[in-house]
Amino acid sequence: MIEKILAAHSDQDQLKPGDIVNARVDMVLGNDITTPVAVEEFNKIGVDKVFDKDRIAIVPDHFAPNKDIKAAEQVNMIRKFAKKHDITNFFEVGQMGIEHVILPEKGLTLPGEIIIGADSHTCTYGALGALGTGVGSTDMAAAMAAGKAWFKVPPTIKFVYKGELKPHVSGKDLILYTIGKIGVDGALYKAMEFTGEAIDNLSMEGRMTMSNMAIEAGGKAGLIAADEKTEEYLKGRTQRDYTVRNADPDAEYEQVIEIDVSQIEPQIAFPSLPENTKGLDEIDEKIEIQQSVIGSCTNGRIEDLRVAAEILKGQQVNKNVRCLVFPGSQAVYKQAMNEGLFDIFIDAGAAVSTPTCGPCLGGHMGILAEGERAISTTNRNFVGRMGSPGSEVYLASPAIAAASAVKGYIAGPEEVK
Amino acid sequence: MKLKGKVFKYGDNVDTDVIIPARYLNSSDPANLAAHCMEDIDKDFADEVSQGDIIVGGKNFGSGSSREHAPLAIKYAGVSCVVAESFARIFYRNSINIGLPILESPEAVQAAESGDQLEVDIDKGEIKNLRTGKTYQAAPFPPFMQEIIKDGGLIEHVKKELV
Repeated sequence: MIEKILAAHSDQDQLKPGDIVNARVDMVLGNDITTPVAVEEFNKIGVDKVFDKDRIAIVPDHFAPNKDIKAAEQVNMIRKFAKKHDITNFFEVGQMGIEHVILPEKGLTLPGEIIIGADSHTCTYGALGALGTGVGSTDMAAAMAAGKAWFKVPPTIKFVYKGELKPHVSGKDLILYTIGKIGVDGALYKAMEFTGEAIDNLSMEGRMTMSNMAIEAGGKAGLIAADEKTEEYLKGRTQRDYTVRNADPDAEYEQVIEIDVSQIEPQIAFPSLPENTKGLDEIDEKIEIQQSVIGSCTNGRIEDLRVAAEILKGQQVNKNVRCLVFPGSQAVYKQAMNEGLFDIFIDAGAAVSTPTCGPCLGGHMGILAEGERAISTTNRNFVGRMGSPGSEVYLASPAIAAASAVKGYIAGPEEVK
Repeated sequence: MKLKGKVFKYGDNVDTDVIIPARYLNSSDPANLAAHCMEDIDKDFADEVSQGDIIVGGKNFGSGSSREHAPLAIKYAGVSCVVAESFARIFYRNSINIGLPILESPEAVQAAESGDQLEVDIDKGEIKNLRTGKTYQAAPFPPFMQEIIKDGGLIEHVKKELV
């Protein structure tokens, strides 16, 4: 699938793993941390125009709304750049959201396309049948000027997910299980392709959660074939024509890994690597938590909030826990509000925030002190990720994060009744 | 290009969050990045590193975030090159794009200890450990990447094409 997408963007008939191409990109993305460096590099090139003002997206979301003076200066700098070059897709606070939630929502990432982003979770767009991949600021700068980026065609590992999911098992659990199985470098320099009936049955939200975390296995992309669900999702959102480029029936893979999902329990990734996964049923101690984070580019979509609300309804967040809910975009925020989910969260004693990446990367809005522990629906549990190097992050699905918020220790939804 | 420096050795999966924690990413000022480089895994690094020193890492070095601040922090700290068993792909391309020399050689990594002196010939991909006297051969860069390196990074490379 990745070979087809790259070939179509570099006017080649066919490509094989190992080939290096300079390919056209359909969208170039940056955030408030990576764009300032990209702007400095862009200015060094000496061109006076960006390649296409409609194909650049700049989203201040990491430290937004600005957490301090330095962050405000950084956003000011990219705001001026966006104005100067008349960038169509600059998302200011008030219209913004977390980049990987709003780009698909606004129809800016489409099947068969190439989207590069100066953010590692750009692989999220694999869920729409697109090649989304993370790059650095210099790549972003070069692409803003030339509309192209260099790629080495990676070999692909095909994952086939068979069977039916158990209750309260989600896309998050499938991807954590997969990372636990192959390791944080299990797909290094490779593309991952997620297939099988369990993927067909997943919602678009669940698919985006899976593709989002391909990078946590080292993957260049986490691809899912575009199907009727994708078409349905894109209705009314698409901003461009697109060509579906799914894998051929006789496509060759470096490896095929089959996974029987009916055996998978809710997964928890222990500190400090996403590969340190355990099924909930394997945990026999009470792991107390002080914070529960529900949201992010991994799990901040409407389905995620509905799952959390269903568990928190009529319950109280444990007195030793701060439960923070971060809708991924203004649209998700509004929908959650209109569905009454905020009443549920607030009545349960949870805090609801404006969209931001904030706590996920230890930026702001929920930093951990030394010795504190969080359960989080985000994507990384590295040392110091959410604050003090002496704090800990456990990764899980919204269902587990919500149930744990109520119990005060890592727990499943069955324990909350 | 030949480099020589003292080894700072770390394990597998050194991620970009420990290379430069996000709490310092509200500025890309070189002095700020250098001062906090490796802070969450080795708080003495910034004080002890000298110009030309070499970081040696295990598998999947530079995993995690796409922040170019990570290779920049290493470069600004004075590190001349990073040798690892393998690199995370975004870190790999960022390093090439900004002109931070990186080499992959599991053998050289396994034989190196913190404090060793290494002599590295970037063009040939040779890594010599001066304590043991042994020389190791790193995997060569594909021609396309050699071109970017030769041009002095991606920006200079693109400039040649566009301007």
